[in-house]
Amino acid sequence: MSAPAPVGTDASRTEATFAVEVSRVSRVFAGRKGASVTALDDVSLTVEPGEFVSLIGPSGCGKSTLMRLIADLDTPTSGDIRVFGTSARQARLNQKYGIAFQQAGLLPWRTVTGNIELPLELHGAGKAARKNRARELIELVGLSEFAAHYPDQLSGGMQQRVAIARALAESPSLLLMDEPFGALDEMTRERMQNELVRICGETRAAVVFVTHSIPEAVFLSDRVVVMSPRPGRIRDLLSVKLGATGERGENLREDEAFFHAVSQVRELLHGEAPNAVRGVDSR
Amino acid sequence: MTDTSVSLSTRSSDVPAKPVRRRRGQGQAGRRFLTGALGVVLLGALWELYKLLGPSEGVVVGGMTLLPRTTDLAMPHLWTMFARVFEPVTGAANAIPMWLAVLQASLFTLGIAAVGWLVGVSVGLALALIMQRFRLAESAMLPWIILSQTVPLIAIAPLVRRWGAQIEIGAFSWENWMSVALIASYLAFFPVSVGALRGLNSPDANHVDLMRCYSVGWWKTLWRLRLPASVGYLLPSLRLAAASAVIGAVVAEVSIGLRGGIGRLIIEYAGSAGGDPGKPWAPIFGSILVGLVAAGFVALIGLLLRRFRRGEVAA
Repeated sequence: MSAPAPVGTDASRTEATFAVEVSRVSRVFAGRKGASVTALDDVSLTVEPGEFVSLIGPSGCGKSTLMRLIADLDTPTSGDIRVFGTSARQARLNQKYGIAFQQAGLLPWRTVTGNIELPLELHGAGKAARKNRARELIELVGLSEFAAHYPDQLSGGMQQRVAIARALAESPSLLLMDEPFGALDEMTRERMQNELVRICGETRAAVVFVTHSIPEAVFLSDRVVVMSPRPGRIRDLLSVKLGATGERGENLREDEAFFHAVSQVRELLHGEAPNAVRGVDSR
Repeated sequence: MTDTSVSLSTRSSDVPAKPVRRRRGQGQAGRRFLTGALGVVLLGALWELYKLLGPSEGVVVGGMTLLPRTTDLAMPHLWTMFARVFEPVTGAANAIPMWLAVLQASLFTLGIAAVGWLVGVSVGLALALIMQRFRLAESAMLPWIILSQTVPLIAIAPLVRRWGAQIEIGAFSWENWMSVALIASYLAFFPVSVGALRGLNSPDANHVDLMRCYSVGWWKTLWRLRLPASVGYLLPSLRLAAASAVIGAVVAEVSIGLRGGIGRLIIEYAGSAGGDPGKPWAPIFGSILVGLVAAGFVALIGLLLRRFRRGEVAA
């Protein structure tokens, strides 16, 4: 993040150093007959460049809403979101982030290659450049044999890999992922997690990862954001960082520190008094 | 680490969940054709069987004819109908063979129906696009579009003809065949507008979100996402529109009194049923032919667009 902020104030300079900066954001959905739902209430959060941050919490805690706000798929009722120093909207227009959803969301009439090329094509990349980039990414996600296959010929895990490759197509410095492995079976899921750690190590992108799986959050993240529902708030932030990104492997899942972190997150999720554990590992 | 995870990705549980779907094989296509042909043969057999076994005056209960008469005049043999096709139209020395007359009339009607189909499909697609783009347009127009189909064809045919007759711009003057095509398009636009609207709105919220993330506008979203996604909905609409255009053309020929088409021929030949029972059937076969060609044309479009129909259950 060497890009200097044009404005001379200190505030704007520090803003530019964060991949994502969420300050005092609320999102209220207006319901019918005046009843409204507060999906997010006064949420603040920062993500460093290259940092892997998981949002975890029960359904309705607003974790997906928060991700959609960062992606500018929705606008906050109050508060401010900045992505690499610009507004969320500007970041979207500048294609600062790549995104992957729970459903792979591949276009069924395009091959694996065609799907990965889609964002490049939409933004006017040349044919040769598209082809090369797609080949690189297909290799990165280990689908070289399936480049010419259509989505309906792939398993769920493979489709999700294509979706991740597509999210990475334009080498974004921020990846937004909304439960991308939520629909996969446990075995495929763990393998995908291993690969995601590797891919993130290679691409050095910051990641905001929404999940409701504790081991997943702990295994993948540098920091875990524990959220609570009704209204959606950040209950606690937990630094985990079990080994450098890209060097975490299968054996980490057997590690003492891994279990410790898992039970910590679990306590935070279920604990009635979040303040009781404050100071242990949170920030 | 990198090595192991790459090799992991090709483990056995990662093979495609579904077997690679093959396009319908030659043998299966042949069998489908045979089943279809068998249906037609069965229908013919039923006709002949009833003609053989049914009472010649039909089944009449309390003055109401429940089952038709089986005389040669009311129900000619299939071979009478087919033989008639290869005889001259009339007893006159210079009369052309029946099949040629019917073929000419069929081509004439097919041409008009095709123009009506093209106009109808264009209008239907345009309406669907406008309704997709503007929510207000949908609520304003959709009820009228549905209502438009409740107007009986017989009622609008003379109107269209009368209005058309007043149009004369320079060298262009409205002709009767245009009225027929217009009525055909009036029937054809409806299924297209409704089907295309459903198709254009069919992409998942996921896909629409994705396009927003890519910050592409409505036109690019239309071209890359909505139109390809609508193909599965559009094809049945196009088929319906083709059938409607043919029916519309045939009926409008009759109500407008346009000569040269299959509709006129049906009316003309029906008059000679008394002395020549095979004759009225020839133009009926002709209209079936027109319908088959129209359906075949749409099937061809479907074949060209089959890439966009993946995941759709074979119909």
